[in-house]
Amino acid sequence: MANALGETFSRAWKSDFMWSFRRTPVAIISFIVALTLILGAVLAPMIAPHNPFDPATLNLMNGFSVPMEPNQFTGETFWLGTDDQGRDVFSTILFGMRVSLFVGFAAVAFAMTLGVTLGLIAGYVGGWIGALIMRIADVQLTFPGILVAMLIFGIAKGFTPIDQRDEMAIWVLIIAIGLSEWVQFARVVRGATMVEKNKEYVQAARLNGRSSAGIMLRHILPNVLGPVLVIATISLALAIIAEATLSFLGVGAPPTQPSLGTLIRIGQGFLFSGEWWIILFPSITLLALALSVNLLGDWLRDVLNPRLR
Amino acid sequence: MNKQAGREPVLSVANLSVEIPTRQGTLTPVDKLSFDIEQGRILGVVGESGAGKSMTGNAVIGLLDPPAHIAGGEIRLKGRRIDNLAREALRKVRGKEIGMVFQDPLTSLNPLLPIGEQLTETILEHLPVGKTEAQNRAVAALEEVGIPAAAQRINSYPHEFSGGMRQRVVIALALCAEPSLVIADEPTTALDVSVQAQIIALLKRLCRERGTAIMLITHDMGVIAETADEVAVMYAGRLAEIGPVRDVLTAPIHPYTQGLMASTPLAAKGKKRLSQIPGAMPRLTDLPDGCAFNPRCPIAKDKCRRPPAPNLDSGGGNAACWYASGARS
Repeated sequence: MANALGETFSRAWKSDFMWSFRRTPVAIISFIVALTLILGAVLAPMIAPHNPFDPATLNLMNGFSVPMEPNQFTGETFWLGTDDQGRDVFSTILFGMRVSLFVGFAAVAFAMTLGVTLGLIAGYVGGWIGALIMRIADVQLTFPGILVAMLIFGIAKGFTPIDQRDEMAIWVLIIAIGLSEWVQFARVVRGATMVEKNKEYVQAARLNGRSSAGIMLRHILPNVLGPVLVIATISLALAIIAEATLSFLGVGAPPTQPSLGTLIRIGQGFLFSGEWWIILFPSITLLALALSVNLLGDWLRDVLNPRLR
Repeated sequence: MNKQAGREPVLSVANLSVEIPTRQGTLTPVDKLSFDIEQGRILGVVGESGAGKSMTGNAVIGLLDPPAHIAGGEIRLKGRRIDNLAREALRKVRGKEIGMVFQDPLTSLNPLLPIGEQLTETILEHLPVGKTEAQNRAVAALEEVGIPAAAQRINSYPHEFSGGMRQRVVIALALCAEPSLVIADEPTTALDVSVQAQIIALLKRLCRERGTAIMLITHDMGVIAETADEVAVMYAGRLAEIGPVRDVLTAPIHPYTQGLMASTPLAAKGKKRLSQIPGAMPRLTDLPDGCAFNPRCPIAKDKCRRPPAPNLDSGGGNAACWYASGARS
């Protein structure tokens, strides 16, 4: 068993994919940055100096500590300083990234499932069903994604009871961002499906007596997943930014579960009173996260489609 | 085609017509086509591009893409009518009873599935066997088509095979459900000449050993000469001539077949320049009145330019021509 695993690993290591990875410094650096940030978010409860959302661990006297300097009242030192409530900025970033990444991944998963399904149907079945799906997609493309997300967010909020709004906010956010990003997946999958369905192995499968659903799932889906992977990665960066934008505008993650966007919104109130660190560090984190994921996506696109180089 | 008494043909097509409704009117890419294929025999279907060869093949297996549809006639497989079957029943029949070898071995295998998986899947679908038995049969099928070290190669992916080997895999795939009819749509067009010969020899051997009937669609007279028992020549969706391969190739009676043979390099040995048939096949949107071949025909007379179009009976049962020279008996 261990041997087989080792063999799989060595085969993967020798593959074109890994060969390209080892030879692309941008990909390696992006991967390390993204992995560090994601690990930091996942392990936040273990590595954060304290839980910034547990009021019992807060000391108001620590408010507005300057980064790397002992607090003038308590003498405690915070790497990245503290906000007005005395919350450690480093800890809030770690916990904020959890929300940002969770919303990002979940929204992309939702957009991908929806987009790939509709794209497959539109491409394989075609006819008026395909036309209807693609026209909906076209209409949606005429609105900026963030507007679509805000609209959906606003409508959904109207339907949730007030006392559940904070809990529901995250899920509404996921659906809103997911719905604003499915079009990309649908379009690409539809195009790839239309290419694949005319290949003779699909004819052979039809001849073999397979149902349309069976052909779509077993034969076409695996063959169109390459571009989907690329879009998923780039969409992840977009989703994280969309979530931050919504939260910055105050319609996203609630203050009880702040994401990076919420932190930036809170921080911008102190920007002109000299407490620059409250907004700067969450912003840098957001930048690093989005940039590294985006660069990984770019590299992935080049690997999976060598003709673009 | 001569019918042997008491033997039912595997495939019997009678008056088959395929129509495609378009804005310019209804096109008839296949017009009242009739032929039989008996067990263990190979029928070659030849014709220029657009003559309706592949359309006929697709009609037989029920893979016509809408809006093309069968407008008339019947298709019988071992005596059972299959052109009017419901979708579900058709799916069962065609996968089990009809195998298909496609033109391009590069795209006729799913690039993401090992070949063994594609074979076992087909076997499990159509034969009453278990998984282990299906795998054994897959290996046997690969051995039969001449894949060396079949047991090891069964887990290889299509890209790990050469074009000729891939076409062998496709043939194994077409034959593994033990169909009674195989439709080979230009199976050697994408292969180089030496591999072509191997594939043809393979098809012939399998056909002889298993008694499978083969409908071989091609535009290559050389392939027909080497492989087929009977040959059907198609022109503009209609049957121009049909008969035993030796007769049709050496003593063609339809002017189109005569022109075709004269323009085949093999037959024109010694001549400096190849002769050619003047003009091009008419578009389906503006077929001439009467015989579709009349604008290009060297012996066309007034009768040829008026409806009705000649059918096989007009030329003594073998050629659709009013003036077929020396009708064979």
